[in-house]
Parts: sequence; C-alpha cells; structure tokens
Amino acid sequence: MTAAAEQIGNWLELFTGHAARHEGAEPWLEKLRENAFARFAEQGFPTTRDEEWRFTNVAPIARTGFRHWHADRLIVTPFAVEELSEEECERHLGRYAAIEQNAFAALNAAFLCTTTAIKVPRGVFTEPIEITYEAGADVTGDPNETAPVAMHPRTLIVVAPGAQCTIVETYKGAGKYFANAVTEIVAGDGAVIDHYKVQLESREAFHVATMQVAVGRSASFTTHNFSLGGALVRNDIGVTLAEGSDATVNGLYLVNGTEHVDNHTVIDHAKPHGTSHELYKGILDGHSIAVFNGRILVRKDAQKTDSKQTNKNLVLSDDAVIDTKPELQIFADDVRCTHGATIGQLDAESLFYMQSRGIGKAQARSLLTQAFAQDIVDRIKVPELRVRLEEVLSERLHEHANY
Amino acid sequence: MALLEIRDLHAKVGEREILKGIDLTVAAGEVHAIMGPNGSGKSTLAQVLSGRELYQVTGGQVTYDGKDLLALPPEDRAREGVFLAFQYPVEIPGVSNMYFLKAALNTIRKHRNLPELDAMDFLGLIRQRMTAMNMDETLLNRPVNAGFSGGEKKRNEIFQMAVLEPRLAILDETDSGLDIDALKLVAAGVNAMRSAERAMIVVTHYQRLLSEIVPDYVHVLADGRIVKSGGKELALELEEGGYAVLGIQEEAEAVGQR
Ligand SMILES: Nc1ncnc2c1ncn2[C@@H]1O[C@H](COP(=O)(O)OP(=O)(O)OP(=O)(O)O)[C@@H](O)[C@H]1O
Ligand SMILES: [Mg+2]
Repeated sequence: MTAAAEQIGNWLELFTGHAARHEGAEPWLEKLRENAFARFAEQGFPTTRDEEWRFTNVAPIARTGFRHWHADRLIVTPFAVEELSEEECERHLGRYAAIEQNAFAALNAAFLCTTTAIKVPRGVFTEPIEITYEAGADVTGDPNETAPVAMHPRTLIVVAPGAQCTIVETYKGAGKYFANAVTEIVAGDGAVIDHYKVQLESREAFHVATMQVAVGRSASFTTHNFSLGGALVRNDIGVTLAEGSDATVNGLYLVNGTEHVDNHTVIDHAKPHGTSHELYKGILDGHSIAVFNGRILVRKDAQKTDSKQTNKNLVLSDDAVIDTKPELQIFADDVRCTHGATIGQLDAESLFYMQSRGIGKAQARSLLTQAFAQDIVDRIKVPELRVRLEEVLSERLHEHANY
Repeated sequence: MALLEIRDLHAKVGEREILKGIDLTVAAGEVHAIMGPNGSGKSTLAQVLSGRELYQVTGGQVTYDGKDLLALPPEDRAREGVFLAFQYPVEIPGVSNMYFLKAALNTIRKHRNLPELDAMDFLGLIRQRMTAMNMDETLLNRPVNAGFSGGEKKRNEIFQMAVLEPRLAILDETDSGLDIDALKLVAAGVNAMRSAERAMIVVTHYQRLLSEIVPDYVHVLADGRIVKSGGKELALELEEGGYAVLGIQEEAEAVGQR
C-alpha cells in the first residue's frame, strides 16, 4: 500500500486508530475492513486524470485532515422490518458496491461502523422505512478538536421476493464535514421498491455517496435522488437489472454559489426484457458546477431492453457550468434506447406574461424555476415527503431568485 | 386629462423599425378599436405598452395616468392598471392557473393598498367570474394555458381581466379563435366592464366583434403608423371595401388568411 501513499493523507493513521477500537469484531468483518483499506490505499483518491472524475476534483477532500466520527442515525421502520443476522450481513455486505474501482466505497468499508443492515420480509409496507444520517457540528464535545469529521454511513437493505416497500434515506448536517455513504439494496424477485435519497447537507459539507442496487427478476426499483446541498457532492448510482425487471432512476439537483454536484449513474441491463427510465433535472445558479453522466449498458444477453434517459438543465446565471454526457453501450441488437439532454434558460415570454399580470420579476423567476422542478417533485409518492421537499425547494429557490 | 397619451412613438426589434411614429390619445371611459393589415404593428404597439423588453423604444413618449409609462417595468404597469390580453397567450407548464392568478391579484391589491384576499374570498371571486365567462372550473387547477384550446386560452385572458379589474385594457385579437357563442360571451364580459373610469383598446380584424363591443373610435394602423381615424362607421367601411379603400396594400399573407 505505497503507490498512492502520498494521496491518502492521514487516513492510515485514522484507520489504525479505528481498527484498534474495533478489535475483537467478527473475523470476517475485520478481514473486510483490512482488505478495503488496502484497496483504498492502493488507489488513493481519484484525480481529474481518471475518466470517471474528469469534471470533479476531490482535492478539497483529499487535502483535508479529518477526524473519524460516526454519523447520528435515526431510523424508523414498519414493525415487521428486522435487522439482518450476522450471517446475512456476511453474505451481503460489500457484495454489491465494488471497492476495486471506487476509492470512496473502499474507504467506507474500511471504516464500517454506522451500519444499517435490515431486511424487509414478504408483505406490502406502505409506511416508509426512514433512515436519517446527521452530522453534528460539535460531535465530540471537545473544544480542542477543530478538525472536521469524516463519517462513513453504511446501509444494507435486503428486500424479500415479492415484498413491497418504500425507503427514504436522508443526509443532513451543519458546518464542515465529510459524509462518505454507501448504500446497497437487494431487491428479491418480484419485489417493488420505491426509494428516495434526500441530500440536505450543509453548504460547506462534502458528500460522496455510492448506491448499488441488485434488482431481481421481474422486480421493480424506483429511486429519486434529491441533491439540495453541499460544497462538493458526488453520487454514484448503479442499478443492475435481471430478466424482466424495471428501474426508474430520477433525480433533481439544485446548485448555487460555488457548489459542485456530480451525478454518475450506471444502469446495467444484464438480462432480456428489462426496462429503465431515467430523468435527471438540474437547476444551476451563481458560479456552480453540475455534472451528469448517465451510462446505459445493454449486455449481449439483454435483448428487448427498453431504456430511456433524459437530462434537463435550467441555467439561471452566466457563470454556472453544466457538463452532461450520456453514454450508451449497447451490445444487444434488438433493443430500444433513447437519450437526450437539454440546457436552457428561463423562457423570456413566460417571464413577461407573468410580469404583465403584476407578478414581480424575482417572484416570476422563482415560480418558473419551481415549475421546472415540480415535475420531479410530483413523482414523489410519499405525501409528507412531497410536502417537505416542496417547502425546502421553495425556500432554496427564493434564495436563488434573490441571489 | 387623457388616461393614455402616446406621442410619436417609435420602436424597433433588432435592426427593424416597426412602429414609426404613433400618436394616440385615449380618455377614461372610451373604447378605441385598432385595425390594420397583418404585420402592421398592432401587437407590437400592445406589447410595447405592456413593457415587453424585446421591443426597443427609439423615440416618443407615453403618458399613462400622468406617469411616464415607458419608465416603468412591466409588473409596475400591471399594478398601475394596464392589462394586455395576449394575441397568443403563453403556456406555463408547472404553474397552476389558480396559483398564478392569486399571486397576480394579491400583488396588484397590495399595490392599491387593499388587503390580500384569503383563500375563501379569492375562490368566491373567481368562481363568480368564471361562471360569467362560462369557463370550466377544472381549468383552474391546470397549469396556465397548458393544453388549453385556442378558444379556452382567449376566454382565460378575459377571465383574468375580469379578476384583475384594470383601468386600461388592451385586447389583442381576443376574438380570433372564438366560436360564435364564445365571441358573444367574451363581448358580454368586456361590455360588462365598460365604465367611466376604464378605457379599452381593442385590436381586431373583424367588424363582427365591433358590432358586439361598439367602439367610440376606430383607428387604422398601417406600416407602423396610424393612417386613418374615425368613428365606428370606419370599421364598416373597411369591412366592405377592405384596406384598399384607404389605398393600403395588404400583405399577401393577410389576403391568404381571409
Ligand atoms: N420578435 C420579432 N422579431 C422579428 N420581427 C418581429 C418580431 N415581432 C414582430 N416582428 C415583425 O414586426 C411586424 C409587426 O408585427 P406585429 O405582430 O406587431 O403585427 P400585427 O399588426 O399584430 O399583425 P397580425 O395582424 O398578424 O397580428 C411584423 O412584420 C413582424 O414580423
Ligand atoms: Mg398581432
């Protein structure tokens, strides 16, 4: 573990301390951590020379000397949801989110501690499973400790065949910190999962998240990813489809000031008759930067795949930058795949129409911007969540309008 | 003093001059009709009066209620009582008609030092205005004009006018796209709003609207200028003889449209 040693900062030190604290854990877990740290040390943090990180420079994270801490976790689940057994954890943990090409996922595994590992039994659960990870500004209570904290929330959810459930992951916090999350979801055959990730980190936070989902045969997985905060945000979402399964991968990102958000998604059609729909919308203001990279992979076996990807961006200032790139890799011949990306501004005619009715320019801009986002918000099936997001959005968009 | 005084108004879009010196005086209580061939500048005049930035005013003055109208941003003109019923109402997906109208009404009321209407009073008011316009209530919950038929859009404009109660209403071809019953309904809606305090400028190509909304004056706009003004009988003359009686060449597209 020397190749990239200069790129791993104080992480070896942190890891040694962490390992010492968790001595006596299950051997498989210890092995997993050790191996993960070795993978991280080999790779080091990615640089913009890596194709996958061309537009996102993580030097601000790599340069910072963090303290290790655990996130405060709040979890509310329907009654029948249970913790996974040790054995099940061993079987599933780290099986989906690969660490060989993902230094952040490796780092998360090396520091495993705030882990949510649950299983959803067969049944229809309308009450959502709500998991919230929060970073406190002053977590140790030690006034001499001024270094920002790094935490590695980990979520593993195994959904039984035929089960139907809703999952809401929320990330938030105050001040400067680094949340490095990994979520693995296993959807059994015929399961129906409605997943939401609400990222409400502070404006100074670093947030890197990997989500890997294995969708079983004829199962349906829907996810909505809301990126509403953070100085530097990167989401890597990977969904692997089995025969006849369906994925909806939607997202909304809102960036302002000097914020940077990067969404990378990979939808892997491994087997025939899969369908996927992807719609990401972004609103950019100030000097912000957004990156969207959506890869659709249709493997040789995956005949009759039907896939559609759309990325729409609303750019409110001259200084914001969007890099959007669809990547279709199609190895089957009998498939239907479409993609499209748009970058636009607020419509001058619509603005004038509103002003001509007495609505002030700032309000007209914020109404039109909200209308752009509404399309995604309207797809939220959890009413309380929809209301909460509408509130946050209207607050944030008001800030945009007055920027 | 007249409510609206336009003096030698010039405006261009890009490098092209469209209004080439308009003079028009409109007093409160009057209804003025503006006719003229396609492309003569009628909509441009209407949009310039409402403050569309796309059109650059290159000369002249407009005084409205004693104020320099051209110095006001569009929203302030609306708050001062200027209303434009668009020839092509704009679709705004994602903003509900109801929300839009409530935001508009309350900013205007605030400007007039009236209290904002609460949800109940607002609903009461718009229900009453909708019934008058024979509009389907479901249109309220739909996004502004999105997917409305041509006639529904035009009725929606007049409905908005009835709710916002302007002092100067400019109706740009509100009759186009309306069926005969809707035309009567819209005309009745407009007539109901005629009052001694309110002035209207009605842009139209057809006498049939003007036999419903009888104007006090008729003006003919051609190539960016008002070339003839008269009473309501001028519209009848034009209906019979076309613009040729005034020696105006109609643009080919205008002929094609009839
Ligand atoms: N945004 C624009 N860009 C370029 N030309 C324009 C623009 N707006 C108007 N024009 C031109 O200005 C002229 C006047 O247009 P305007 O819409 O005012 O005509 P109008 O009298 O309302 O015609 P109609 O009876 O067809 O509605 C036309 O030749 C039109 O093409
Ligand atoms: Mg016109």
